[in-house]
Amino acid sequence: MELFLANLNLTFLIASVVKVIFLTFMVIMPMVAYSVYAERRVSAVIQDRVGPNRVGMPLTLLGFKKDLQIFGIGGLAQPLADGLKFILKEDFTPRHVNTFYYWLAPCLTIVPALLTAAVMPFGSELNLDVLGVAQPIKMVIADLNVGPLFIFAISSLGVYGIVIAGWASNSKYPFLGGVRSSAQMISYELSLGLSIVPVLMIFGELNLSKMSIYQDANGWLLLPLWGDGLSASRWILLIPVAISFLVFTISMFAETNRVPFDLPECETELVAGYHTEYSSMKFALFFLGEYAAMIVGSGLCVTLFLGGWSIPFAPLLSKLTGFQFHFEAGHTPLLTGLLHIGTFFAKVFAFIIFFIWVRWTLPRFRFDQLMKLGWLVFFELALANVFLTALLLWLVPLK
Amino acid sequence: MPSFIFYLFALVTLGFGLLVVTARNPVTSALSLASSFVGLAALFISLDAYFIGIIQILVYAGAVMVLFLFIIMLMDIKAEEGKKTNNGALVGGCLLAVLLVLQVIMVSGAFHGERTVGDLDTAAAIGKAAGTELPTIANDLREGSLPDTKLMGYALFDRYGFHLQVVGLLLLVGTVGVVMLSKRDTAAKEAGN
Repeated sequence: MELFLANLNLTFLIASVVKVIFLTFMVIMPMVAYSVYAERRVSAVIQDRVGPNRVGMPLTLLGFKKDLQIFGIGGLAQPLADGLKFILKEDFTPRHVNTFYYWLAPCLTIVPALLTAAVMPFGSELNLDVLGVAQPIKMVIADLNVGPLFIFAISSLGVYGIVIAGWASNSKYPFLGGVRSSAQMISYELSLGLSIVPVLMIFGELNLSKMSIYQDANGWLLLPLWGDGLSASRWILLIPVAISFLVFTISMFAETNRVPFDLPECETELVAGYHTEYSSMKFALFFLGEYAAMIVGSGLCVTLFLGGWSIPFAPLLSKLTGFQFHFEAGHTPLLTGLLHIGTFFAKVFAFIIFFIWVRWTLPRFRFDQLMKLGWLVFFELALANVFLTALLLWLVPLK
Repeated sequence: MPSFIFYLFALVTLGFGLLVVTARNPVTSALSLASSFVGLAALFISLDAYFIGIIQILVYAGAVMVLFLFIIMLMDIKAEEGKKTNNGALVGGCLLAVLLVLQVIMVSGAFHGERTVGDLDTAAAIGKAAGTELPTIANDLREGSLPDTKLMGYALFDRYGFHLQVVGLLLLVGTVGVVMLSKRDTAAKEAGN
């Protein structure tokens, strides 16, 4: 035990705890809450409605004339009210359920979704000389050499939550939802995993931080406009990269059970699918899990294809303005580090708006169409894409 | 590796492993097996074998066990009630476990010294040949991190390329066999109708 304590690196430990708290509770949780708000407002815009635009700081309770609307945008306090409502509602456990698994299922949904955020590089590094920290702190909780695989592995555990919820509810609609979900998630996991193999081949790397650093210096994978990105091979490789981006994004919709692939909770057929029997905060945990998975999926997509935390045209901008916008190991100013964090979450947020947009635009698939699409189109496409990339990398090797 | 983490995950692995055989509810057994795999993966990771650990979760806990669970739920297997224990299986299982323990003792008895897989010098020796051909391996070694995924890929596809293809062929034959069997079943049914 003493040896163990002696081996502990205190800075590392404190930094890790701060990063975990910052990322999970100060970024992902509020982001989940405000994604729900964004979902309601964007859907309202698409359907020519107004959406939730009333809830603000309830100053009328204190005798004022009007509620305070934060930033002048109506309804920004809506997620807080929603959260409060979920906590205050009656937590009802139906008598016919298997109680232990009924309680376990929501946890099994939210925990893997939040765990996957651990390997997400949400910024380059923060130079905390001001606070007397000698080494710059990497803005990733666990800098693993198996980043994307870790995310796939842990998020594949998330299916247990849905399956167990469907089974433990002991009623037919949730059960059908659970069965559908497990079939769907296993099928699309294959194309999801295969679709990023070409990307890994191009990077020659499984470490998400190193991928971001490479893209920062040499152009994003989908936007090779600076550094080595201007070479012929990178432009030719845009073909397989675009295919894998397409397959990855669509498979991610299926993995997160979003429309057009939300068959496990398809309202018109299954009431509410696997969470039909759930109420109050337990239902909210499923909801949180879905949105957290969406955020992490968007983060992975941004890191792989859209440069992660890197600012577009960073090396060129640095040359033009004289301020260092690009990353340089150990020599990144604090402001640039903060800008990188902001850039990452801005990109993730843009991706979430895209998710929402798709949800309110496309109709739902039929279940057999979904399975056919997964096994007959995306799986083959992803597999062929691996060979195409290998061929292209052999013909026009990267530097 | 802090030893108490080892004991924690060893306990998780063995405890859930025990639950797999003692639990009455088949769903509990399946979930316990998945949890046991997660514990095992943690043990692999604490040995610096990140790739094997993650693949353990990805393949066994994330895919194989979900299929198990899927089938248990679809067939609606109820909890076993007062079934007689199969003595033959019990004796056979115990014998197998004893043999395994004997082998582990023999292997660990033949192992001397403090050399671990995480030892960077050893890794450098293994990866030297690979590093001269693949710059990413050389880069990782120079930075002082162990590129376990790349080294494993290199060993699999370079040294054991032939063996890998034989295993692949075996799996392909298995897949084709399953498809043939399931087709024949439906064909026979249609003929019967």
